[in-house]
Amino acid sequence: MIEALIENVRGIGRRTIDRVWRMGVAAHFFVLVFLHSGPSFRRFHLIIREIFSAGVLSLIIILVSGLFVGMVLGLQGYETLQTYGAEESLGVLVSLSLVRELGPVVAALLFASRAGSAITAEIGLMKATEQIAAMEMMAVDPIARVVAPRFWGAVISMPLLAALFSAMGVLGGYLVGVVLIGVDAGSFWSQMQAAVDFKEDVLNGVIKSVVFGVAITIIALFEGYDAPPTAEGVSRATTRTVVTSSLAILGLDFVLTAFMFRGV
Amino acid sequence: MSDNLIEIRDLSFAYGRKLVLKGINLTAHRGQVIAIMGNSGCGKTTLLRLIGGALKPTSGSLLVDGVDIGRLDQDALYRLRRRMGMLFQFGALFTDMSVFENVAFQLREHTDLPEEMIRDLVFMKLNAVGLRGAHELMPSELSGGMARRVALARSIALDPMLIIYDEPFAGLDPISLGVTGNLIRRLTDTLGMTSIVVTHDVQESLKMVDYVYFVSEGVIVAQGTPAEIKASDLPYVHQFVHGEENGPVPFHYPAPDYALDLGLAA
Amino acid sequence: MQRATLDLWVGIFVVAGIVAVLFLALKVGNLGGFDNSETYEIRASFQNIGGLKARAPVKSAGVVVGRVAEIGFDSKSYEASVTLKLDARYPFPRDSSASIMTSGLLGEQYISLDAGGEEKMLVNGDTLKITQGAVVLENLIGQFLYNKNDSQTDSAEPVQ
Repeated sequence: MIEALIENVRGIGRRTIDRVWRMGVAAHFFVLVFLHSGPSFRRFHLIIREIFSAGVLSLIIILVSGLFVGMVLGLQGYETLQTYGAEESLGVLVSLSLVRELGPVVAALLFASRAGSAITAEIGLMKATEQIAAMEMMAVDPIARVVAPRFWGAVISMPLLAALFSAMGVLGGYLVGVVLIGVDAGSFWSQMQAAVDFKEDVLNGVIKSVVFGVAITIIALFEGYDAPPTAEGVSRATTRTVVTSSLAILGLDFVLTAFMFRGV
Repeated sequence: MSDNLIEIRDLSFAYGRKLVLKGINLTAHRGQVIAIMGNSGCGKTTLLRLIGGALKPTSGSLLVDGVDIGRLDQDALYRLRRRMGMLFQFGALFTDMSVFENVAFQLREHTDLPEEMIRDLVFMKLNAVGLRGAHELMPSELSGGMARRVALARSIALDPMLIIYDEPFAGLDPISLGVTGNLIRRLTDTLGMTSIVVTHDVQESLKMVDYVYFVSEGVIVAQGTPAEIKASDLPYVHQFVHGEENGPVPFHYPAPDYALDLGLAA
Repeated sequence: MQRATLDLWVGIFVVAGIVAVLFLALKVGNLGGFDNSETYEIRASFQNIGGLKARAPVKSAGVVVGRVAEIGFDSKSYEASVTLKLDARYPFPRDSSASIMTSGLLGEQYISLDAGGEEKMLVNGDTLKITQGAVVLENLIGQFLYNKNDSQTDSAEPVQ
């Protein structure tokens, strides 16, 4: 009985140590990526390639989801606001919720499952098929050649995708609110402009999406680089990327929101 | 300059506490093709990784071109590796690049050659392995044997002094097998390189190598020229060359008495 | 994929992303307003600012002419001291008055600036002398009930 209890406590301890140790390794990896980023900026086409696979290939899902989220916000917002006779504030509701929260967060969640998982699978597979080892044997540092360009490509793509998501969302809200339901277009835009501040809302949203981009990418890269070089290991790492980065996005969002909008 | 490109003296290596290699002595002259043979799990691949500098020896010395590779820092190791090539078991081609880009990879990474010269060099290397016509294909469109040859073209891109082959014959049909074997011999001779082949394909490798080392459980149990090996009456070598089921390497994994496991013992 | 096609797509993506940011900044946000133009600061003290927040609009005749830059507490006079940032294009006479209003019944609070008659104009760092604090709903209701009580007990006196 006591034995079993001690064994359980020991298990908790072991898992905690493992987690902390892994976080340390990940942090070290993050630093390494930064230190080895020089060559990818000297050969910028490497980064352009990764912007393509992280950013351009995520465009469709981001644009379509943005449009639909905005349209739903428009519908739901209208239902609620009209009970207070404040349907002119629809623009404010749609734009503030998108620019401050939904844009960066939902775009980041989509990005994690679209681009993040792809990065993990790609790097994990490169490791499993000895491509990383081959590169090392050819005296090419895989962190500089494979990891760093993917990092910067994804980090550059993320805020652009989040901005596109928000913009599409506002258009979606406009479509439903103004074109379909018939809220006055003038007050839709003017109330929105009066309420949304560039620095407080738009810029903070951009900062959020940059932070999310860094978090997702480093998790995806690390999971891929750290994955056991087997089919099972890579598929597990891919799942872990989506789960971990989604949790990281939501956690970071809370922290950032608390810092940015507290007491304003 | 010493005649020996590789000199391994009393090399031991341990993963943690498990001793994998015990006191290996091995010499490779320039221009030779050396085979390292042994059954699976005997430490051959570990030995390759040591020569490539991916692992550091626990004790002993490992000289490649007169430099102790275990004592090099990262930069010096990378400089040395530019003069080494390695062929991985399944080629390890970069799946996101075409055949041409795969062969051009090192030229682009390590040199500032103009595009036309890279083009010419790549075509020369691809021609040497007979795959100039396939330069536009992606690795996924190649057969196993072709992928191996592209990988070979890639590893000779910078005209290395040494090429290490990890199981170059694994999973090839007889034609590709012969082609690959001949290629290794021919490239070694024409480019003045030294080759180290890790393999368990006895028949194919005995046709083309200059010297053979047999490794078993971390020690070298036999060595000699192909003729000496074929004539050898050492039980291990005999079993290996003729592919017998039982010998020094038993068919059965060590286990308790069979009758005991079946519950038949009294 | 060809390098040129790749470059084109990435180019389209980056331009679209920047256009989206500009759209959010100019069309959705208020960057097109006076935020980037010249401003001057004036101060005003209020007995009670109610729910006024930093960045709330300052309006005159219903037009936004500035924003609340900062809200502080003056521990000598026990009043709220509010710093207003006004657009330099709109000068106001020195005897202008500021009052805190509410847009709609439950809407946001803003400062309404009523121009005075003096010839001298406000300059950076000036303080407004005439101010009217926020109307606090609870006080209003309390006052109303109190007055009603009064009028019931002493109906001879008219309600003020």
